[in-house]
Parts: sequence; C-alpha cells; structure tokens
Amino acid sequence: MPQTAVQFIGVNKWFGSFHVLRDINLDVAQGERIVICGPSGSGKSTLIRCINRLEQHQEGRIIVDGIEINDDVKAIEEVRRDVGMVFQHFNLFPHLTVLENCTLAPIWVRKMPKREADALAMKFLERVRIPEQAHKYPGQLSGGQQQRVAIARALCMTPKIMLFDEPTSALDPEMVKEVLDTMVTLASEGMTMLVVTHEMGFARQVADRVIFMDQGQIVEMNAPEAFFGNPRNERTRLFLSQILR
Amino acid sequence: MSIAYVRERDAPLRPPPAGTAGALGWLRENLFSSLGNSLLTVLLALVIGYLGWSVLDWAVLRGVWTGVDRAACAIDNAGACWPFVWEKFPQWIFGFYPIAERWRPVTAFLIGAAALVPMLMPGVGAKKWNALFLLVVYPVIAFELLAGGLFGLSEVETTSWGGLTVTLVVAITGIVFSLPLGILLALGRQSELPIIRSASIAFIELWRGVPLVTVLFMASVMLPLFLPNGVSLDKLMRAIVGLSLFASAYMAEAVRGGLQAVAKGQTEAGLALGLSRWQTTRKIVLPQALRISIPNIVGIFIGLFKDTTLVLVVSIYDFLGIINAGLQDSKWAAPQTANTGYFVAALVYFIFCFAMSRYALFTERRLEQMGRR
Repeated sequence: MPQTAVQFIGVNKWFGSFHVLRDINLDVAQGERIVICGPSGSGKSTLIRCINRLEQHQEGRIIVDGIEINDDVKAIEEVRRDVGMVFQHFNLFPHLTVLENCTLAPIWVRKMPKREADALAMKFLERVRIPEQAHKYPGQLSGGQQQRVAIARALCMTPKIMLFDEPTSALDPEMVKEVLDTMVTLASEGMTMLVVTHEMGFARQVADRVIFMDQGQIVEMNAPEAFFGNPRNERTRLFLSQILR
Repeated sequence: MSIAYVRERDAPLRPPPAGTAGALGWLRENLFSSLGNSLLTVLLALVIGYLGWSVLDWAVLRGVWTGVDRAACAIDNAGACWPFVWEKFPQWIFGFYPIAERWRPVTAFLIGAAALVPMLMPGVGAKKWNALFLLVVYPVIAFELLAGGLFGLSEVETTSWGGLTVTLVVAITGIVFSLPLGILLALGRQSELPIIRSASIAFIELWRGVPLVTVLFMASVMLPLFLPNGVSLDKLMRAIVGLSLFASAYMAEAVRGGLQAVAKGQTEAGLALGLSRWQTTRKIVLPQALRISIPNIVGIFIGLFKDTTLVLVVSIYDFLGIINAGLQDSKWAAPQTANTGYFVAALVYFIFCFAMSRYALFTERRLEQMGRR
C-alpha cells in the first residue's frame, strides 16, 4: 500500500460568508495523478491552493507528506519546499532571467551554491526542452515557453508533489500541446500530481483518478475510463456533455 | 461571383510611398498635418524664436563681460552683469568656508563624483562594493573633510558652510536617507501587523500634512526646547533631518504605488517556492515595485533638491540664499545685477534637475529593454 501524499479530512472553507469548500475528504497516494475538473467557481483552484496554504481552510485537517497544515509558519514553509506549483498565468518573475527564475529558490531556500543551482536549473530547462532560452527574460518568451519555464522552476526544488492550476487555460491553442507533453513526461516519471484542467484528453491519458467538483463539493471521483464512460451523477453528466462536444 | 479564392502569387513587398516616411514625412505628419496645426506650428515657432532671441540678446549680445565694480554694469542698455558672477562665484560655491580650506569641499566633491559615476554606469561591475563605499565609507570621509577636527584638519563650524556646498550636502543626505526610510515606511504601511501599519500610516500622514517651511521652523526653533539642557543639535543637521523625514513620507507613497502595482501572483509564486515572506518581498516584489516607481522617486528627488532652497528660512545660506545675500552688496548695485544672479541660480538648479530627470529616463528605457512584460 503506497504512502499517502495528501490527505483532506472534513475540510471546509469560506470566503467571507461564501462557503467555497464543503466537506472535502480526499486521500492522494504517492505517485498518484489526479485531475480535477468542474465549472468555474466550483472551488477546484481553492482546493489545491489549500495544500500549500496559499488559501487557509477554517475547518478540518489537511496533511501533506506527513505534515499537518495549520498556523505554524515553519511547517508551512517546509511543506512549500516540497510542493511545486504551476499557475494559470505562469507568474514568472519578469525582472529575472529564465535561469535566475529557476535558481532563486534553490539558492535562497535550499542554500545551494550558485554554480550547483545553475547546473540543476540547466538540467531541468533541458528536460522542458528550452535550455537555449536560459539567459532571456520571461517577457521575451512565448506563453508555452513561459509555462514550461514555470514547470522547470518548480522542479528545481525537487518537489515530491506538483500542483497545476489550469496550466493551459491562458495559452494560445497552438501552445497547449507543448505544455501538456511536458506534463505527460513528468507523470511518466512517477511524480505525484494534482492537476486542475479542462483538458479531458490529458485526463484520459494520464490520470489515475478524475475528480468532478461543483459548488464546493467533490461530486464524483473515479478512474478515467469509468468517469468518462459511465458518469453516475446527473451534474457530472451535464458538465461532460457541455465540454465534450 | 465565386466565394472560393486561392492566392497564387504573393503580393510584392514595397517601400512606403514618397513623403510619408523619413524626415519629410515626419514634418508633414507632426507639424503640418492640417491648416490649424500648421498655423499653430508657425505661431509657436515665432514665440520660441522671440524668447530665445531675447535671452541671447540679454545674456550675450548686450551682456557686460569685464569690469571690477558696478560702474561696468550700470551703463545704458546693459544686459547681464557677468563680472558680478565672476567675483561672487567662489562664494556661491563655498559660502563662508575659510578660503585656505576650500580644497576640502573640492576634494570631497571629487571623491564623490569619482565614486558616483561608475555607480551610475550600468556596464561597470562591482556595484555592491561601490554602493557600500558611497553609502557607508564616503559619508564619513566627506563629513570629516568638511567639518574637520581629526587628522590635523582644522575644525570648520557648519554655520560657515554655505552656497552650493550646503545645497549638495543637504540634497544628497536627504536623498540617501529618505529612500530607505521611505521603502521601510511603504512596507510598514502594507504590514499585516496592525501596530506597525498604524504607526507607518500615522507617520506618513503627519509629515505629508505639514508644510515643509513649518517642519524647518519646528526643527530649528521648537526642537531645542524639547531637548534636555546642554544638549544641542547642529542647526544644519536639524534641517537635514527635517527635510529627510519630510521627503521620506512622500517617498513611502511613491513606493507604495509601486508595491500595489506588482501582481499578487508574484508573491504567491515566491511563497509557493518556499521563500519566506521577507525573501519574497526583498527578492521579488521590491525590485519590481522600485522599477515601477522610478519616475515618481526621481520626481521626489528633484522636488527635494529644489526644496533645499527653503533652508533659507532658518538662516542657512544655500546656493540661492547666498546669491540673494550677495545682491545686497552695494559694490555691484546695478539694474541687471539681480537678474544675472537669479539667471545663474535658475541655470544651475536646472542643470542638476535635468540631469537627474534624463538619467531616470535612461534607466527606465534600459529596464524596459531587459524584457519587462
């Protein structure tokens, strides 16, 4: 039985009086690939942002790699070191070169010597197939390239878990594939991944489990064949009929 | 008509039609694009030409260039009285600094310039050491040179400092203190700790709500009343502190604008990588915020440079103050003496402020070329 990477136990969260996450219970095993989908505003992003405490939950427990997420700043920083995140809008640091984007955290958080960090960054930039852009600034890259840099930047911290928050939603259509390919490679190497996305092809190809969320709740959760072949909840069926044309 | 179309040959790439590109095109588009604009162009050209000619005529053609006293300048139809400037200029630069010791401010100025020039040139390396020298070592050297007291240098009271020396001392220390203080205040204003936030807001609003003249009067007249007996702070020092605190409040607001313009995702990305809040601020948010604020920060520098003239109200004779004082000299009483003095003052202040402004523009362009989105 593989160890648990992320565990949600009865988690509830509110934005003001708006109940954004309702009774979330979820166990993610190590090495498991999970795709989360659902209509906008259903709480998908909030769910994965709770894992590295970019959002605070008010009720229930979240345990990441054996560490409980609460007000303890040290514990949160420890979790963040081991959890990589890729954002919809890349959030690369525009004032730093691609290489500096990748080495910033290894140097300042892991206290790695600069030379070593550079070598590590180049290794991951090669993995996402853009080593030649290392000395450019993010603004000089295309959206797809920027998102691949963002993935390399996260990987430079050698995370145990990767979170993807709609990584292809802000991309021009012709650039979606290069980012998805990078993610597929990552998945094939056994990374634990939680991916919020509407790319159902990716879900079929890579996911161990697909989760459908609506109005802050996990409505349905299943292996991809069963999820797409035989959705059981009415809301899941409606959602799938809308996005799979 | 068919709806299908297939291009078989590419349309040729051609240069633009004559008269729409190049110098002629620029003129036509920008100065003579319509009858109204053409009239405006001609009218303004006439006004500018007239003003330019008047200044040239007054300063150069009718200007008096040689002489030893008012007799040379007090003639009919005389322009600028330059001999007055030649005679007074050393005093305008050094104030009442002892003549035998004037090499000291000159040395201090030269060392400063020698350290500042490489600092301002992007291509020159070792910025960290350069900055350390300028901000830590240099002030000590400069103060020692100016004030004396050690190494056999005779002591020179700040009351005998004056002229451009004082203007530069006040402006530079003001700039050097107000920027870091302003950054701290701006960060304090955004702090999650209510006490720090309220204190920063109170400080900023207090100084922004008081005219600078009041601040200077307070610093020079009221402050000594609150200090214990026997403790006295140098008057120049008090004026500098007042001006720095005043400028730092404005600086804080300029930096805050920059901080707010940095997208929230930047902080999130930093935190998600495991950086601490302070590291995220220092390495990610602040560098971007400062770049955004450069125009406003330099605006405040320029304002501060010009505001140094207000130290006159607490009888410190800065550049403008000492020019003004020199005009009372009956030896040079002539119709154009005052105009000449103020003309030089305006020119000198303009040169300093314009240089700052251009350098800021240069920096902005350079940072933009670095591929800022």
